Amino acid sequence: MGALASHAATLAALPSIDTSRDCYTFPANNWFCPAYLSDYSSEITTQLTEHVWITVVSVLLGAVIAFPLALLARRSASAAGFVLGSSTVIYTIPSLAMFSLLLPYTGISPWTVVIGLALYTLTILVRNILAGLSAVPDEVLEAGRGLGYGPAKLLLRVELPLALPVIMAGLRVATVSTVALVTVGAIVGNGGLGKLLLLAVDSDFKAQILTASVLCVLLAIAFDVLLLGTQRLFTPWQRARV
Amino acid sequence: MIWADVWAYLTDGANWSGNQGMAVYLVQQLLLTATSVAVAAVVGLPLALWLGHLGRGGALAINISNVGRAVPTFAVLVILSVGPLGIDELGPYGRAGLATLASLLLFALPPIVTNAYVGMREVDRDVVESARGMGMRGGEVFRRVELPLSLPLVVTGMRLAVVQVWATATIAALVAGPGLGNVVTQGFTSNDTAQVVAGALLIAVIAVVLEGAMAGLERLLDPRRAARTAARRDRAVT
Repeated sequence: MGALASHAATLAALPSIDTSRDCYTFPANNWFCPAYLSDYSSEITTQLTEHVWITVVSVLLGAVIAFPLALLARRSASAAGFVLGSSTVIYTIPSLAMFSLLLPYTGISPWTVVIGLALYTLTILVRNILAGLSAVPDEVLEAGRGLGYGPAKLLLRVELPLALPVIMAGLRVATVSTVALVTVGAIVGNGGLGKLLLLAVDSDFKAQILTASVLCVLLAIAFDVLLLGTQRLFTPWQRARV
Repeated sequence: MIWADVWAYLTDGANWSGNQGMAVYLVQQLLLTATSVAVAAVVGLPLALWLGHLGRGGALAINISNVGRAVPTFAVLVILSVGPLGIDELGPYGRAGLATLASLLLFALPPIVTNAYVGMREVDRDVVESARGMGMRGGEVFRRVELPLSLPLVVTGMRLAVVQVWATATIAALVAGPGLGNVVTQGFTSNDTAQVVAGALLIAVIAVVLEGAMAGLERLLDPRRAARTAARRDRAVT
């Protein structure tokens, strides 16, 4: 059977397909239209994938920068003041301005978005890593030292595991905020689902606007649940208390 | 060098004047920010303080911030301006003024409500009990004990709302709305990197100044300044 014949058969089998397709075009232009999902599935998948990887890379980069900063900050009060103060100033800069300020250095590229978003995660991540580490009881640290643990081993085997719940809480907040902020990256061409929003504004494309918005929120929830699950997996001693 | 061009753009008076000048957009954005934070405070504070006084509705007051964080500001701006509120000119607020104000209000409420509620609940229960023991009634306890002690966190909520609203108002330009974001988007349209960076710099500097002013106000209103700043630095963001 030829391609044309199979296409004709499909049309014959689904006589209502044209009217359902009308739901996302003018004059109907509905907010909710299942035909939009099937017709635009490849565009949606492409942008959703971009949204996911920009989020993951941004948060990972933020975490990689936040750890040494937090370790530096806990050495002295002045270092802590400097690190927390500058990350708060960075957090204050609106995302549209942040991406635009990075533009002369990184150009129209996903890195502009990734670097900007990673910088935003620092406020939350550094604060929570510090708080988690400082909440480890002194007796536990003493016990570790008594077992002959050096500073590195103490950090990896005692402090980090005990600080994990607070650090993971920070990671969840940072990730959820990042998912929402990726959309603004559309201004430099890499906004994931935000690109669908930006393209839809000019043509009042309601089905696309609602789909992209809902997917954004669902993605944030999915990341949050995933991180919560990971946290429970790695901190089995916490489960009994919950 | 880009920064020389940026400086030239910012110091050229012609870029500040006229309908599409930076002055108009700056006034629009300051007005939008002040209006939405003020309305959010008038609507949100009484509710949050009352719930905090009663010790009820904690889950609602806390979760409103978690929900607010997951919803993209850009998406809400798009939905409201393409939806029923439309993009009509609204006096000094500019194009899509109503849709922009409504979006800003939605994002100003969560930090204000959550922090005011937490501020009320964090007031030492022993202090409240002592006040009652001295014969104060509910209203009196609220006015003379709980409110003064929770004031720093109430202002923290206002500060976070100002920062959030200023950032969201910037994005309104992506939806043909008002505000300083227009300097940036017009720069992108005309491929003028100096204009993009100039607009962004102006937006960023004002954001930092607003945050600094609110942080100063916060310290000023704190009855137990030194002790609390130290404690807050150590507290986890959860």
